[in-house]
Amino acid sequence: MKNLKLIIIGVAAFIVLIILFSSAYIVSETEQVIITQFGKPVGDPVVTPGMHFKLPFIQAVNSFDKRFLEWDGDPNQVPTKDKRFIWVDTYARWRIQDALLFFQRLRDERGAQSRLDDILDGETRNAIANHDLVEVIRSTNRELQFGEIAEEVLDTEAKIKIQHGRDKITRIIIENASQRVSELGIELLDLRLKRINYVEEVQQKIYERMIAERQRIADKFRSEGQGEAAKILGDKARDLNQIESEAYRQAEQIKGKADAEATAIYARAYNQSNSSRDFYQFIKTMETYQNTLTEKDWLVLSTKGDFFKFLQKQSGR
Amino acid sequence: MQERPPFDLRDFRPPSFNPKTVRLVAIGLLVLVLLFTSIYTVEPEEVGVVLRFGKYSRTVDPGLNFIIPFWIESLIKVPVERQLKEEFGFRTEQAGVRTRYTTREYQDESLMLTGDLNAAEVEWIVQYRVADPYKYLFKVRNARQTFRDINEAIMRQIVGDRSVDEVLTIGRIEIANTVTLKVQELCDQYETGIKVDQVVLQDVNPPDPVKPAFNEVNEAQQEKEKLINQAKSEYNKVIPKARGDAQRIIEEANGYAFKRVNEAKGDASKFNSVFAEYLKAPEVTRQRIYLETMNDVLQKVGRKLITDEEATGILPLFQLGTEGGAQK
Repeated sequence: MKNLKLIIIGVAAFIVLIILFSSAYIVSETEQVIITQFGKPVGDPVVTPGMHFKLPFIQAVNSFDKRFLEWDGDPNQVPTKDKRFIWVDTYARWRIQDALLFFQRLRDERGAQSRLDDILDGETRNAIANHDLVEVIRSTNRELQFGEIAEEVLDTEAKIKIQHGRDKITRIIIENASQRVSELGIELLDLRLKRINYVEEVQQKIYERMIAERQRIADKFRSEGQGEAAKILGDKARDLNQIESEAYRQAEQIKGKADAEATAIYARAYNQSNSSRDFYQFIKTMETYQNTLTEKDWLVLSTKGDFFKFLQKQSGR
Repeated sequence: MQERPPFDLRDFRPPSFNPKTVRLVAIGLLVLVLLFTSIYTVEPEEVGVVLRFGKYSRTVDPGLNFIIPFWIESLIKVPVERQLKEEFGFRTEQAGVRTRYTTREYQDESLMLTGDLNAAEVEWIVQYRVADPYKYLFKVRNARQTFRDINEAIMRQIVGDRSVDEVLTIGRIEIANTVTLKVQELCDQYETGIKVDQVVLQDVNPPDPVKPAFNEVNEAQQEKEKLINQAKSEYNKVIPKARGDAQRIIEEANGYAFKRVNEAKGDASKFNSVFAEYLKAPEVTRQRIYLETMNDVLQKVGRKLITDEEATGILPLFQLGTEGGAQK
C-alpha cells in the first residue's frame, strides 16, 4: 500500500515533469519564435527573450534569428553599360522582420538565402548593366588629385563627371530589392558592392594603359629635367656675361673718372700762366732725357749746342 | 550446434555497488556540476554578459563571478578592453620581433579600382574594440565577418573616388581617416557595437605587371633631380667665382683711380712748389736743372760723340752697329 502510493506519486511527478518540459521553452536574446499547432501558426511571434510556455505536445516551436543576418553574393561577371566586363561581388545584411510571413513563404533560412540570391544578384546585374563603369566605381564628383604630375599627361577618364555614382546605384538596388523581399517578411538593411575587378582580359589592357601612362609621366619628368637644366645653364651664361661686363663697365668708369680728375689736377698746376707752361715743358723734357737715354745709346752732340758751347769759348758766345 | 541468442541479458548485468557509494558519487557529481556552472573568472580586459534562460540579465565586471547554476544562467565573456585587429590583403604568419607576413592568395582582398580606372593593391589593417557587448552579441550574427565586409566595401568606395596617385602616395592619410569615419558610420548603422580605433594603410602598391613602369617614373624623377642638380652645381662652380673676379676688377680700378689721382696731386704739388721757387730766379734755376740733367745723362750714356761744324768728315769714320745702341 505504501509502496503503491510511492509509485503513483513518482509516476505523477514524472508526467508533470514531462509536461513541464514540453510546454516550457526558452527564447534566447537572438531569437524570435513562432508557435505552430499541427503545423499551423498560432498567435503572434514571440520576440521577448526568456522562458515561455505553450501547450504541451500539440504545439511546436519554430525559432528564427532576429539579428542582422549575412548574405554574400556570388562573384558575378557583369557587363557594364559601356560594355566592360567586370567581376562584381556584393554583400548584404538583412533580418527577418515579419517572422510569420517569413515562415509561411520561406520556411527557413536556407530558403531565404536562395531567394535572396535570385533577387539581389538579379537587381545588382540590372543596375550595373544600366550604368557606365565609372558610375559604379566613383561615388562623388570629387576632384581627383595627381600630385606633381601635370594635367596634360592624364587620361580623359579621370575627368569624366559622373551622374549617379556608386552610392546612388546601390540605393537603386536596395530600393528595388526591398520591395520584393518585404513580401517575404525580410527587411533589407543594406547592400554594398564589396569587390569590383576587371575580368582577366580587360585587366591586361588596363595594365597596358597604366604602363603607357606611367611612361608618359616618366618622359615628362625626364624632359622637364633636361629643360630645367638647360635653363640653369642659360642662366649661368647670362649671369656670367652680366657680371663680367658690369665689372668691366664699372672699372672703366672708375678709371676714366680718375684719369679725368688727374688730368684736371695736372692742368690746374701746369696751366697757371705762360711761364708755368714753359717751365713744365722744360722740366718734363729734362726728365725725359734722364729717363730715355741709357748707357747703350749713342749721344751725338754738337759744340754748337748749349751744353758744349763752353768747349769752344769760355764766354760761351 | 547450440543456437546463441543475439544478446544475453546476463552479460549486461550491472556490477553491483553499495547503495551508499552510489549516493556519494551522485552527490559528488552534482556538486562538481554546480561548481562548474556557477563560478566564472572574468579576465581584466573582459566583461561578462549574463543570460538567464537566454534573456539578457546583466553585465558583470572582471573578477570572480557567481551565477545561478545548472544552465539557468549562462555567461559569455567579451573582451571589451582588448584592441582587436583585422588584416586585409595579407595575414600575419608569425608575429614576433621579425614578423613574417604572407600576401599571396589575398590578392582578391587587396586589388581594387581607383577613380581614374586604374588598379592598385591596397593592404590595410583596422584596429577596433567591442564597445557595446550587448549589441555585439545580440544584434548582428557573425559580427566579425560583417565588420570585414564593411571594411572591404568602404575601402573600395573611398579608393574608387581617388586617383591612383592619391592612393599610392599623396592621399594615404586622408584615405585612412575617411575610411575610419565611414566604417564607424556603417558599424553604428548595423548596430555591431564595434568602435573603430583606426584604419592604417600598409603596403599600397601598383599591381605587379605595372610596378616596373611606376619604378621608371621614380627613376625619371631622380634623373630629373640629378640633371637639375648637375646644372646647379655647374652654375655654382662658375658664378660665385665670376662675382669675385668682378669685385677684384672693380677694386683694382679703384686702386688705379687712387693711384692716378694721388700721383697727379703729388706731381702737381711738386710742380707747384718747384715752380714757386723757380719764379723767384728763373734763369739760374733753369740752368741748374739743365746742367744737372746733363750731368746725369752724360754719365749714363755709354758713347758720346761731340761734333763740330768744321769737322764734318768724322761721321763716316766709325761704324755703327759694332758697338753701342745697335748691339742689343
